[in-house]
Amino acid sequence: MAADKAIGPIRRSFAPWNDPKARPFIEFRNVTKRFGDFTAVDHLSLGIYEREFFALLGPSGCGKTTLMRMIAGFEEPTEGHVLLDGQDLVGVPPYRRPTNMMFQSYALFPHMSVWDNIAFGLKQDKMPKPEIAARVEEMLALVKLGPFARRKPHQLSGGQKQRVALARSLAKKPKVLLLDEPLGALDKKLREETQFELTDLQMKLGMTFIIVTHDQEEAMTVADRIAVMDHGKIVQVATPAEIYELPNSRYVADFIGDINLIEGRLAPAAGNGARLECAGTGATVETSQPVEAAPGSEAWFAIRPEKVTIGLEPPADPTKNALKGTVWDIGYLGDVSIYHVRLATGATVKATIANRTRLVERPITWEDEVWLSWSRDGGVVLTR
Amino acid sequence: MAGPDPKGGGGRFLVLGIPYLWLIVFFLIPFLIVLKISFSTTAIAIPPYTPAIDFAQGLTAVWEQAKEFTTDNYVWLTEDALYWKAYLESLWIALVSTFLVLLIGYPLAYGMARAPARWRPTLVMMVILPFWTSFLIRVYAWIGILKPEGLLNQVLLAVGVIDEPLVITGTNLAVYIGIVYSYLPFMVLPLYAALERQDQTLLEAAADLGCRPIESFWKITFPLSLPGVVAGCFLVFIPAVGEFVIPDLLGGSGTLMIGRTLWNEFFLNRDWPVASAVAVILLLVLVVPIVIFQNQQKKNEERLR
Ligand SMILES: Nc1ncnc2c1ncn2[C@@H]1O[C@H](COP(=O)(O)OP(=O)(O)OP(=O)(O)O)[C@@H](O)[C@H]1O
Ligand SMILES: [Mg+2]
Repeated sequence: MAADKAIGPIRRSFAPWNDPKARPFIEFRNVTKRFGDFTAVDHLSLGIYEREFFALLGPSGCGKTTLMRMIAGFEEPTEGHVLLDGQDLVGVPPYRRPTNMMFQSYALFPHMSVWDNIAFGLKQDKMPKPEIAARVEEMLALVKLGPFARRKPHQLSGGQKQRVALARSLAKKPKVLLLDEPLGALDKKLREETQFELTDLQMKLGMTFIIVTHDQEEAMTVADRIAVMDHGKIVQVATPAEIYELPNSRYVADFIGDINLIEGRLAPAAGNGARLECAGTGATVETSQPVEAAPGSEAWFAIRPEKVTIGLEPPADPTKNALKGTVWDIGYLGDVSIYHVRLATGATVKATIANRTRLVERPITWEDEVWLSWSRDGGVVLTR
Repeated sequence: MAGPDPKGGGGRFLVLGIPYLWLIVFFLIPFLIVLKISFSTTAIAIPPYTPAIDFAQGLTAVWEQAKEFTTDNYVWLTEDALYWKAYLESLWIALVSTFLVLLIGYPLAYGMARAPARWRPTLVMMVILPFWTSFLIRVYAWIGILKPEGLLNQVLLAVGVIDEPLVITGTNLAVYIGIVYSYLPFMVLPLYAALERQDQTLLEAAADLGCRPIESFWKITFPLSLPGVVAGCFLVFIPAVGEFVIPDLLGGSGTLMIGRTLWNEFFLNRDWPVASAVAVILLLVLVVPIVIFQNQQKKNEERLR
C-alpha cells in the first residue's frame, strides 16, 4: 500500500568495503583513459562490491560516463585493468559482459516501439516468448508506461523516453547495471517514486548498481557509497554520511551541500583533535577530528551552516568554539533562515537556523553583533 | 476575412509558385504536346503528322482538325508484340540493375559512412568525380574496356585466365555493366546520407543488450537506412527503365529496351505519333513507382520526425 511504500525499504547494515576479506566485484586498477592527449580518467583505482548501490558524483566532464563506458566495454582503458568478479575485462566485447547500461542520451531504437525496445535484450537472449511478454509488462508497470507500449520513441516526451531507456536497461536484470543520469528528466514526485523502485529492485534482485547523477540529494538517498570525482580522479569514496560530515578536502566539502570555509594555519593540538588558528583574527577553532599535517601548515576549517548556532551572548559552554561577527544579511526560506555573518576578517559565515517561532519573535536582526558557536565535532579541519 | 497575410504574402506565394511554374513549363506543357502528337496520324509533312493544329485559322478550324485525332497509335502498340516485350525487358533490366547497384552501393556507402570523419568529404568527392566527364565519353570508355580486343580481354588473356577473348560488348551483360557503373553514384549518395547521420550509440546500445556486430547491422543499421535504400533504388530504377545511350552503345541487336525503340520510331521510322504513344505509356509505367516512392518518403518523414 501507498503508506508502506513511502517509507521505503529498510536499509541493511551493508559495508563490505570495511571487511578486509571482501573482494570487490568491479575493480579499477590504476586505470588511465586518454582521448588523444586529453586524459579523461587519470590513474584511478576503485573497488565496487557486489550488491552495492554506488553513486558517481562530479562536475560535467570529469569522466563519469567514461568510467561507466569502460565497465560496459565501449572504451578500453589506455593503461591499467578493469576487473569484474576477479576476471580482467580487457578485450571482452560489450555483448559478452554481464552488464547493462542506461545511456545518458537514452539511445532508444527509433524504428521500434516502446515494447520492442524493452524486449530487445530479452529476444537477444532467446528468452521464451511468454516470459518476454511478462517481463516487458513488469518493466512497463515499473516505469508507469503501460499505455505507451505501442508508441515509437519520437512520440514520447523527454521524461517518458528516459523511463523507456531505464526499463530497457533493467529488463535483462543484469548483474551490474550502469545508470547514466537515469532520472534527470523526471519531475520530483516521479523521480522519488522511481528512486524508491530502483532501490527496492536492487535489493530484491541483488544487483550491483552504479549510478551517475547531478542531484546530490538523489545520490545521498539511494547510494550505499558515493564517489566524488574531479578531472578524472576520485577525490573521495565514502558513505553519504561520511561524505557529508567528514569530507576529505575543500573540493568535496564544497561540492556536496553548503559549507563555510575559514582559512588559517594549524596550531599544535591540545589532546586529540585539531586546532586551527584563523587567519587575520588570532581566534582559534578546535575539532575532535585529528589531521595528519604539521603545525603551521595551511589549512581550512569547514562547517555546515546548520551546525552553527547564533546568539547575542558568547556561549556559556567554554568547550564550544565561538567567533564574533555582525549580521550582514538574512535570507528567509520559510522553514529555515540563513544568517550571513561577517567576521572581523571580512569573511562571511553562513548559519542556518530553523524557524521554530514566528517571524515577529525573532530576536536577531541586521547589523546585530552576534556570536557564532558550534561544538567540537561540528566541523572538520581540511588540509587540501 | 481579409487581412494582412501573417506569413508574408507575395514572397511566400513566389517561393511556393516557383516549383509549380517549373513543373508547368518543363513538364506539363511538353507532356501535353507529346500527348497531343500521340493521338495524331503520321504524314509526310513538316511536322510529320496530322492534324497540325494551327490556332491562326480560328476556333472552328481547330475543332475540325481535332476531329482527326485517333487512338490508333495506342491500339498499334498493343498489337505489335515488339512494344510490350521492349517494356518488359526494360523493366527487367532496370530491376536487375537496381538490385546489382544496391548490392555494390550499400557496402560502398557503409564504408564511406564509417570512415574517419576527416576522409568522408574526399570519399564523397570521389563518388561524384565521374560526373565531371561527359556521360557519353564514359560509356565509350567502357566499349574500349569490354570489346574483344579491349583492355579487359587483354589482361585476362595475358594472365592466362582465358584462351579466347570474351564477347561482352553487344550483349545484355555489357548493358548491365554500363548501367551499374553509370548509376552507382545515385545509389551511393542517398545511402551514404542515411547511414552517415545514424546515431552510433544505437549500435552500442544494441551491443550492450547482447547483439554481435553482424546482428546489430540487420536489426539496427539496415532498417534505419531503409529510406536511403528506397530513395537510391528509385533514383536508379526510374531513369534506367528509359535508358537509351547504354543499350544503344553497349548492347547488341538482341537488347530490346524501350528507350531504343522510342529512338527508332522517331528517327528511323519518323513515326512521331507512335513514338509519342510509346513515351506516354512509358511515363504511365513510371508514374506508378514514383507515386509509391513519394508515399514512402512521406511515411519515412513521419517516422523519423
Ligand atoms: N570519444 C571522446 N573523444 C575525446 N574526448 C572525449 C571522448 N569522450 C569523452 N571525452 C572527454 O572526456 C571527458 C570526460 O567525459 P565524460 O563523458 O566521461 O564526462 P562526464 O563526467 O560524464 O560529464 P557529464 O556530467 O557532462 O556527462 C570530457 O572532457 C570529454 O570531453
Ligand atoms: Mg556523462
